[in-house]
Amino acid sequence: MNFGLIYDRIRWEEKSLTQTAKKKGARVVTIDAKMLTLDSSAKSKEVQKEFGDVVLQRCISYFRGQHVTAYLEFKGLTVINKHRVGEICGNKYLTTLALEKARVPTPRTMFAFTADSAKEAVEKLGYPAVLKPVVGSWGRGVAPLKDRDTASPIIELREEMTGALNQIYYIQEMIKRPPRDIRTIVVGDRVVAAAYRYAPPQDWRTNVARGGKTAPCKITKELEEMALMAADAVGGGVLGVDAMESPDGLVIHEVNNTVEFKGASQVNETNIPEAIVNHVLSIAKR
Amino acid sequence: MEASCDECGGKIKIPKDSVAGEIVSCPDCGLEYEIAKISNDKVELKPAETVGEDWGE
Repeated sequence: MNFGLIYDRIRWEEKSLTQTAKKKGARVVTIDAKMLTLDSSAKSKEVQKEFGDVVLQRCISYFRGQHVTAYLEFKGLTVINKHRVGEICGNKYLTTLALEKARVPTPRTMFAFTADSAKEAVEKLGYPAVLKPVVGSWGRGVAPLKDRDTASPIIELREEMTGALNQIYYIQEMIKRPPRDIRTIVVGDRVVAAAYRYAPPQDWRTNVARGGKTAPCKITKELEEMALMAADAVGGGVLGVDAMESPDGLVIHEVNNTVEFKGASQVNETNIPEAIVNHVLSIAKR
Repeated sequence: MEASCDECGGKIKIPKDSVAGEIVSCPDCGLEYEIAKISNDKVELKPAETVGEDWGE
C-alpha cells in the first residue's frame, strides 16, 4: 500500500501521520507541493505511481492544496479530503450555506459585495457582529464590529484592500459565548477527539495559532451529533469541526479541511494520527 | 548537527529526528529556514516561505 502525503511544510501533524503510516506497514511517499510540476497529459497510472494508492492532502496554502487535489482527482486518484469538501470548508461563505442547508445550528450571517451594502448588512444583523475574511484561517483578519462607529472604518479599510476576495463581506452575529470554543476532530463517521480552546489573555479569538490554549473536553451526545452533522454537511472526511456554546446550545461556526490537531492531541488520550491513518488506509482498501 | 544562518551567521541547531520539509529558525535573528535535504551528517537549508493570505487549516 502506497500512502501519499502532500505537504508544503512538515509540522508536528504531518510528521506524526508519516511515522504512524510507516508503523502500520504502509509505504509513505511524502510529496512537497512546492516542488511539483504537474503535466496535464500524464496518464492516470503514471500519476498513481508517483503519488500513491491514496493521498492525504495536508497543504497549509489553501489554493495550492485545492489545485493539487483537483489534478489528482481528475487523474482518478482518491484524495482525502475531496476537492468539493475543501472548496466548502475553505470558504466560510460556502460553509455557512452548507450548514444552513443541512439544518446544522450555525450563527446567522449576512453576505454583501460592496462596502456600502456591507454597512447596510451589519445594520440589519445588529451589533455586535464579526467581519471575517471568506478565505483565511488562524483568526487572521477577523474583526469585531462592536457598534456603527467601529464598523464603518473597518469595512472601509476592507474596501481599500487588494484581492478580489476582500470585496466579499461575510458578517456574522457575535455569539455570546464563554471565552472558549470547542474543536472536535471528525474522522470519517466518528468524533475521535474534542478540546476546549481558550482565548489567550488580551485577545478574544480562540485560535491556537493566536496563542489559544487547549483543555480537555468531554464528547457529549449533543456535541457528537452536531459535529457529525456538520462534517456530513460539507461532504465528510478528516475534519476539524468548531463549535461555540451559545445561550441556546451549541452552534457550529467552522469546519476545517486540513485540521491541525497538535493542541487536541495534548489533551486527549485518543491517538489522533492513528485514527486518521486507519481511516485513510481503510478507504484505500475499498 | 548545526547549520549557520545566511543572514546573521548565527548557529542553528538541527534536531536529530528532523526531516526535509520541517522549519527551523535562527535563535539569533529569528529568520526561518526549511530543511531542504538532510542526511546523517549533512543538512541543507533554504529560506522558508512567508505566510500567505490563504494559509491555514
